[in-house]
Amino acid sequence: MTSTLPSRKAIHLAAHFPGVNNTTVWTDPGSGSQIDFTSFEHLARTAERGLFDFFFLAEGLRLREHKGRVHDLDVVGRPESLTVLNALAAVTEKLGLAATVNATFNEPYETARRFASLDHLSGGRAAWNVVTSSDAFTGENFRRGGYLDRADRYTRAAEFVDVARQLWDAGTGRPVRHHGRHFTIEGDAGVPTPPQGHPVVIQAGDSAEGREFAAAAADVIFTRHGTLEAGRAFYADVKGRLAAHGREPEDLLIMPGVTFVLGDTDAEAQEKAAGIRRQQVSPQNAILTLEQVWGVDLSSYDPDGPLPDIDPVPDTGLSQGRTHRGDVFALAEKWRELSRAKGLSIRQTVIETTSRQSFIGTARTVAAEMDAFVQGDAADGFILVPHLTPGGLDDFVDQVVPLLQERGAFRTEYEGDTLRSHLGLRTPERTLTA
Amino acid sequence: MTSQPGRGLLHLAAAVDLAGTLDAEPYLRLVRLAEHGALDFVTLHDTFAAAGPDSLSVLSRIAPATSRIGLVPTVTTTHTEPFHVQAAVATLDWVSRGRAGWRPDVSPGDDEAALVGRRQPPAPADLWHEAGEVADVARKLWDSWEDGAEIRDVATGRFVDRDKLHHVDFEGRTFSVRGPSIVPRPPQGNPVVVVDATRPYAYDVAARHADVALVGIADPGQLATARAGLRRRAAEHGRDPDELRVLAALRIDLGGGERTARPGHGGGPLPTEEGPLYRGGPVDLADLITDWHRRGAADGFHLTPLDPRRDLERLVNGTVPLLQHRALFRTFYPGSTLREHLDLARPANQFAALAQESS
Ligand SMILES: Cc1cc2nc3c(=O)[nH]c(=O)nc-3n(C[C@H](O)[C@H](O)[C@H](O)COP(=O)(O)O)c2cc1C
Repeated sequence: MTSTLPSRKAIHLAAHFPGVNNTTVWTDPGSGSQIDFTSFEHLARTAERGLFDFFFLAEGLRLREHKGRVHDLDVVGRPESLTVLNALAAVTEKLGLAATVNATFNEPYETARRFASLDHLSGGRAAWNVVTSSDAFTGENFRRGGYLDRADRYTRAAEFVDVARQLWDAGTGRPVRHHGRHFTIEGDAGVPTPPQGHPVVIQAGDSAEGREFAAAAADVIFTRHGTLEAGRAFYADVKGRLAAHGREPEDLLIMPGVTFVLGDTDAEAQEKAAGIRRQQVSPQNAILTLEQVWGVDLSSYDPDGPLPDIDPVPDTGLSQGRTHRGDVFALAEKWRELSRAKGLSIRQTVIETTSRQSFIGTARTVAAEMDAFVQGDAADGFILVPHLTPGGLDDFVDQVVPLLQERGAFRTEYEGDTLRSHLGLRTPERTLTA
Repeated sequence: MTSQPGRGLLHLAAAVDLAGTLDAEPYLRLVRLAEHGALDFVTLHDTFAAAGPDSLSVLSRIAPATSRIGLVPTVTTTHTEPFHVQAAVATLDWVSRGRAGWRPDVSPGDDEAALVGRRQPPAPADLWHEAGEVADVARKLWDSWEDGAEIRDVATGRFVDRDKLHHVDFEGRTFSVRGPSIVPRPPQGNPVVVVDATRPYAYDVAARHADVALVGIADPGQLATARAGLRRRAAEHGRDPDELRVLAALRIDLGGGERTARPGHGGGPLPTEEGPLYRGGPVDLADLITDWHRRGAADGFHLTPLDPRRDLERLVNGTVPLLQHRALFRTFYPGSTLREHLDLARPANQFAALAQESS
């Protein structure tokens, strides 16, 4: 048994398969296939060796475009998540399996059925990251098409999850009858109630509407607040919303997506981290990042030269599928300021403004900082985003996990078989409506 | 040659449907058995509201635990998104390393429509028209990435060559898709499309879009005629008819011992509501398959066992060895993809071909 102190919060860990953005370094000699099943198998087996709570797949339903053409500088393309996770269920035994599935470009019955299938076939390990992203650009791939504003997206998502849960609760032989604003559904779900009762629901979205939806309906929230201060504020805000929904603080786990760099010394790790940031921002990527802010073609600029003097043009739609929100004038001015003050070129400026990795240091430093982060109520755990496919978690599992265990902050074996059990979530009570 | 089915090796496939089974293990046992018999592929049927997990999920769960056999789930086209369907089938091809197929089907029932609540099911002819369009756009999306689109060119910083990625701009009667797919072109280029051509209104979809057409006709002479008709229609659609395999669809009940009471092949299958039903022993089934194959009735057989656990075991251990002994069926898998088992070429990419024509 472990020597876990009763007061110590247990850290939860998830493995994010490297995504379709420039966090993933594909130019590294150690970088493997983003599509072959062996890559998914490697990362999932590594996560299970490290006793992680779950494995996570993001989703994007339209290839990103820039200047009317497919964006070609980052990793492009990925397999369909639920199919990959069902296959991973064959090569893992305990690891939770989380897929991001959009609530705008799907229908509740089919989505509920597919997650119930994964939960049955994996013996209770399924999780669904409910995202609401919707834009007319992505809609061009779907029957539904179109765009929903944020308020509608979240009422649709809330009703979507509610219908899915009704279907899971009903199982077979008990018809569901739902007449709502977005959906009208009647009939027998077909699939018996999943082993977990309800697959775990994850929410990723930062707006007030998103937080409220998470507080009402999610089991886990995936956030981008990876610094201690921002994390604490977010944690307090979200946990504070739970009581109004009749829920306890431990009913919703907060897990920021974080990056890390390990080294033999802290200084070496810092150096490696800077090197990775340079890899993440190629000269071409630096210009592209600038164009996403400026909204105009900047291909004639030298990435090793100064920033443009011209002002940005907002809302040109130059980049599709990944948009910059907020005041582009202020951002451009801030970057020029930085470049002037430190004498930085375009590329150096972009590297400088690329967020630093969340945890950098020796395995001991990283383990201590992560633990402090969780014990300090900035998170309940982390979704680790490695920068290399598929070996990006190997060192973490070999070096950091044992130290977290030594601190009594992480499990030394899986105690249960289901993802709910790993996360310490109770099995939901079946509410039968019909 | 394949145009002379009586001379080539025959193709064998089996259904592994287990109504209401939720765990992977029972399905896996059946698929492994079929793989032990070197069958071309297994099918797993599906409808919305079917009791149990969806077929594509089950077969993706099976894929890493098998190595050679083709995996063909039914995925319906009426209440699903064509973009998601093609991505899932392409992904099954990736996780199985080139062993995926797809059997499109329609959802004519009011019960299925009520579960989705999006629309009332149109008339069957329209449903199959739409299924044909979904098969069409699926092929376009599978081809929307050319082979070798991923270049990882460090010098220019480009991960893909975007000249090899294509919008498909598909406009169907009931849906449109811009593309390209989010999934790179799967290992087989296009997973194998299997269409049950005996379904009403499905005949033309089979002739246009299928790699494998299933035909449930109890009389071998009529079956040969149907095969010739499908091949002719495929040619009218501009296809090479040798790129279409026609399999006789038989339901089988091998519960009656080694041989049936009547000698020969048990008097042949009986026509039933759900298609021809063969009742007899595994030896007689081997005789029937041999006879039909020699007569050129079909390129092979898709067998749906009434009792999968019993009948598949008898098929693999009783019927298959006889067919192998008669040199009509493979004794091992010389290839590793489903297309290789079926002796079907990896298709040329329709967009790459276009680009070449216009240059
Ligand atoms: C950490 C994080 C991860 C996300 N991952 C995805 C994803 O994989 N796919 C996707 O379509 N949207 C993703 N989103 C987008 C959210 O679902 C949401 O649509 C977006 O944040 C806008 O909602 P908001 O206005 O509430 O922030 C993610 C958001 C966050 C914060």
